[in-house]
Amino acid sequence: MNMYNLRQYTVLDEIAGQLFVIRNIHNVGYNEIVEITEENGKIRTGITLEVGEGYAIVQVLGGTTGLALKNCRVRFKGEPLKFGVSQQMLGRIFDGLGNPLDGLPEPIAEEKMNVNGIAINPSARDYPENIIETGISTIDVMNTLIRGQKLPFFSGSGLPHDMIAAQIVRQARVEGEGFCIVFAGMGVKYDTARFFIRSFEETGVLDNVIMFLSLADSPSLTRLMTPRFALTAAEFLAFEKDMHVLVLLTDMSNYCEALRELSTMRGEIPARKGYPGYLYSDLASIYERAGRIKNKKGSITQIPILTMPNDDITHPIPDLTGYITEGQIVLDRELHSRGIYPPISVLPSLSRLMKDNIGSGKTREDHPSLASQLFASYARTRDIKAIASIIGEEEISSLDRLYLKFGEIFETKFVNQSYNERRTLNQSLELGWDIISNLPEEELIRISQQQIKQRYRHKK
Amino acid sequence: MAEKIGTIIRVNGPVVQIRCNEDIRILDMVEVGQFHLVGEVVRLKGDVAYVQVYEDTTSLKAQDPVYSDKIPLSLELGPGLIGNIFDGIQRPLEKIKAQEGDFISRGIHISALDKEKKWHFKPLRKIGEKIGPGDIIGEVQETTLVKHKILVPPYIPAGILFSVKEEGDYDIEQTMAEIESNGNIHSVRMYHRWPVRKNRPYNQKIDVNTPLITGQRVIDTLFPVAKGGCVAVPGGFGTGKTVVQHQLAKWSDADIVVFVGCGERGNEMTDVLANFTKLVDPRTGKLLLERTVFIANTSNMPVAAREASIYTGITIAEYFRDMGYQVALMADSTSRWAEALRELSGRMEEIPLEEGFPGYLPSRLAEFYERAGRVINLNGSTGSITVIASVSPQGGDFSEPVTSHTKRFIRCFWALDRDLAYSRHYPAISWIDSYSEYVDDIKLWWDAHTDGNWIGYRNEILDLLQKEQRLQQIVKLIGPDVLPNTQKIILETCLLFKNAFLQQSAFDEIDTFCSARKQFLMFKAIITFHRKAEELIKQGIDIDELRESDVYRGIVRMKSYSEETLSELEKFVDSMEQQMEKLLK
Repeated sequence: MNMYNLRQYTVLDEIAGQLFVIRNIHNVGYNEIVEITEENGKIRTGITLEVGEGYAIVQVLGGTTGLALKNCRVRFKGEPLKFGVSQQMLGRIFDGLGNPLDGLPEPIAEEKMNVNGIAINPSARDYPENIIETGISTIDVMNTLIRGQKLPFFSGSGLPHDMIAAQIVRQARVEGEGFCIVFAGMGVKYDTARFFIRSFEETGVLDNVIMFLSLADSPSLTRLMTPRFALTAAEFLAFEKDMHVLVLLTDMSNYCEALRELSTMRGEIPARKGYPGYLYSDLASIYERAGRIKNKKGSITQIPILTMPNDDITHPIPDLTGYITEGQIVLDRELHSRGIYPPISVLPSLSRLMKDNIGSGKTREDHPSLASQLFASYARTRDIKAIASIIGEEEISSLDRLYLKFGEIFETKFVNQSYNERRTLNQSLELGWDIISNLPEEELIRISQQQIKQRYRHKK
Repeated sequence: MAEKIGTIIRVNGPVVQIRCNEDIRILDMVEVGQFHLVGEVVRLKGDVAYVQVYEDTTSLKAQDPVYSDKIPLSLELGPGLIGNIFDGIQRPLEKIKAQEGDFISRGIHISALDKEKKWHFKPLRKIGEKIGPGDIIGEVQETTLVKHKILVPPYIPAGILFSVKEEGDYDIEQTMAEIESNGNIHSVRMYHRWPVRKNRPYNQKIDVNTPLITGQRVIDTLFPVAKGGCVAVPGGFGTGKTVVQHQLAKWSDADIVVFVGCGERGNEMTDVLANFTKLVDPRTGKLLLERTVFIANTSNMPVAAREASIYTGITIAEYFRDMGYQVALMADSTSRWAEALRELSGRMEEIPLEEGFPGYLPSRLAEFYERAGRVINLNGSTGSITVIASVSPQGGDFSEPVTSHTKRFIRCFWALDRDLAYSRHYPAISWIDSYSEYVDDIKLWWDAHTDGNWIGYRNEILDLLQKEQRLQQIVKLIGPDVLPNTQKIILETCLLFKNAFLQQSAFDEIDTFCSARKQFLMFKAIITFHRKAEELIKQGIDIDELRESDVYRGIVRMKSYSEETLSELEKFVDSMEQQMEKLLK
C-alpha cells in the first residue's frame, strides 16, 4: 500500500454536473478512485477523469447533489476502482456499485479485481462450443445460442423482452454443472427489477443469481459502472471458480444514454446522434468480456437486452451493438400485436456461432439444412405476401398460396409457444419438419434428397 | 535503455501530454510513466508533445517520467513472421500469453521475432558481387510453403558484397553479410527494422493483369479483383463481411496472406486461428497457416494500437512483396480503424468534420490504399499487394463518410446486401450495387485459361440480371402470370443463376472452394440453358416443362461436383443442348 498516496484535501474548486475540479494537488493517477467524505460522514466514490499538473477532474459516482466546495474531505486512494468478489455473492442483491441492497452484511472478499477488466489475449481465447438449449424453437433451431457467446435482444418498448429473458433463464438451466446467473439492471424500473426477482424465486434459481440493480432514478455514472461490477463478478465465477455464467444486461439503451449524458457534460465532440465517438470501444469493453479461455472450465455467456429507440435497427445503439455481438435476436411489434409470443422476427435475427456448433455429432445432422430451408422459405413467404397484398390472394399461383399457408403455420405453430412451454431441440426440429412439409418436396432445394426421403412428411 | 526526455503534464484517456526538455520528432516512439507504456508522438506544440499511448493509461500521473530512444515506431521484419499472431504494434501474443497469462497486462516489452531460434540460411550471392538495397543475399525455408528471402535493407547504399555467411544454421541477430560502399562496411542481419508508417520503396508501379482467384463464384466470375488491386467490402452487421474475408484468406491464390483483425470480435480471431491450423490449401496441400501472418487487435484492446494495426499489416505485406511474392492483405474492418482515428482526434481537440471524423480521414485512407499495387521491386522481381478491406457502415448506410471516401480509392466494390443476408443467400454480394473496374485488365487471363468467352457470358448475365430487376417490379404490381414466356424465362434463368451459381456455402466441404475451371463450366451451363430455353420457348415448350427437366435438376446439382470429377461436369455441360432438344419430342 503506498501510504503517501492517501492524501487528503478539503477544498474543491469547481462543481459542474457530476464532475468536480480540485487544484493544488499532486501525485494523482488517471482513472483512480477518490473517496469523498461529507460532513455527516457519508462517503461517496469518484474516479479521476483527467489529471494534469496540479489539478484533477473527478467524476462522482452517485452524483454531486448536496456537495459544497468546502464541506467535504477528499482522499485519493492511488489505485483503480476494484471490487471485492467472492462466491458468497451468489443469492445476493447489490446496487450498481457493489454495495448490498438486501440488508445483509457485505460478503467477505476472496479477491479484489479491477472493475474495468483486462482484455483477454486473443490467442488465449477458446472458441465457444456446446449449445445452450433454451427451449424456444426460434432460438434453438434457427438462432442457436452457444456457451461463451454474446447474443443480444433487440427489442422495443412495450415488447416482452423481459419475459423471454426470464423464460430462457428458467429453461436453460443445466443441472449439476455449476451454472449461475449474473443480472445487471441498468436504469431499469423498480417493477422490472421486481419481475426478475420474482421469476428467479419461482424458478428456484435465486440462490444461483447475483443481482446488480441501479434503478431508473440512480445517477447516470452509477449506470455506467453497473455492468462492469456485474462482469467482474462473472469473470471471477467463470475463470476462478469454473462456473458457467449467464449474464443478463438490461437495458443497454439506458447505459448508452448515460454515456451520452456524461460525454456531453464533459464537452466532448459528438459523433452520431450526439453519442460520443468512443461508443463502439466502450460497448466492446463490456461485450468482449464474454467468452471462454483455453484450459479453463467456466464460460461467460451474455444476453444484453436493448430497446431500439423508435424500433429503429439502424440507430447507433443497436447498430454498434450488432457489430460487436455474435448475432442478435430481433423482436417484432407486428408479431406481438398479433398475439404471437415470443415475437421473434427470425429473418433479421442471427447467431454467428451457430454454424460451427450444429449438425452431425453436435446436434442433429439435418439441423443446418432444415434451418437454412426454413429461413429461405419464410423469406420467400414475405415477398409473396407483399405481392398478394397488392394484386389480391386470388391472383397468385397455387404454389404461392402454399407458401402463404406455410408462412401462417410457421408463425402460429413454430414461432408461437407459451411462456411455460419448454420444447426440446428434438421436438423443435420435428416441428420444423412438420411445418416445412406443407411445401412441396421440390421446393426444398437446401435439403439433401436423402434427408427429404428420411424425414419429409408425405401426405397420406 | 531509453533516456528520459520529459515529464507528463496531462492525462486524458489514451492521449497524454508531455513537457519535453529534449528535441523529439513527430512519430518518435516513447515509453510513458513508471510502467513504460508504449506510445507515439503525434503532435508537437512549443515544448509540449502529444503522445498517443498504445496501452491503458490508468494510474499515470502528472510529473511521471517519459523515456525515448528517439526512433520511430518500427517493426521487426525477418524470419518468424509467418504463422505468428501479433497485436497492433507487433507484439507476439502467444509469447505474451506464455509470459503473462490469459489477460493482456501493460508495459510488456517482448521482441516480435524469436531471437534465439536458428534458421537454415542459404547464401545466393558471392563475395565481390555488386549489391544494392532490396537485393536478395540468401534465403531461409521459413515454412514448407514460404522461402523467406533475406533482403538488404532499403536504407543500406549500394556497394560490393564484402562477406557472406556459408550455408548453415544461424539466429537472426547474427551478421549474415557485410556490404562495402564508399569505404564503409554495413552489416546485414536476417532481419531489419522498418518504421511502420513509412512506405517501403520500390522501383516502379506496373499495370495489373492477373485475377486473384478466390474460389468464390460471385467474385471471380462477376466482380473479379486483380492481383495488386483494392477492394472494399461494405455491409451492415450480419451481412457476412467477416465470412467473405475468412473465405478469401483461406482460398485465394496469393503466396502470402496478411490478416488484420482490426477492432473486431475476439471470438472471430479465435475462429480464424483455429481454422487455419487445421485447413489445408487446395493448391499446395499444405496448412494455410504456413503462408499467413495474423495481426489481432480486438475491439476491447487499446484504441491507439487499433489505429496502428492497419499500418503494421501493410508494412509486413510490403516486406513480402519486396521478395517478389503476391501478397493479399485482409483488413477487417477499416471502419474501426477510422473510428480509432476519430476517437484520438477528439482527444486531441481537433476540429471535426462529418460525423465527428477528422478532416484528414480521406488523405489517410488514400495513403493506405496507395500502398497496394503491383510493382517492380528494387531487386527487379515483381510483387503485388492486393488489399481487401471490409467497411462497416453505420446503420448499413453506404453514404456515410468512411464508405463514401473509401469508394474514391478502390476500383472494386462488393456491396453486401441485407435482404440477401436475411434470406440466407450467402455470399450476400449484391449483383446490382457491386462493381469491378478490373474486368478489362484480366480479360486476357480468362481467355488464356478457358476455352470460351468469359467476358461475353459475363455481359450477358449482367444484362439478364438488370432486366430481371425491372421485371420484378412489374411482377410486384401485377403478378407473374401476365408476363409472356419470353420474359418469364429471364426470371427463371436468373433464379437458377442465383440458386445454382451465386449462392455458395462457405461451410460445405466441396462448395467452399470452386476452381476457375469449375466456375467457367457452371457459368457456361447456365448461359447454354438460357440460350437454348429461349429457342425452345419460341417453338412452344412451356416454362414448367423446362423447370421439371433433367437438365434443370442437373444444373442445380452442379455445385456438388468435386474438383476431381470436373470431366463429368464437362460431359454434362456438353450434352445439355442435346438433352434439351429432346423436350421437343
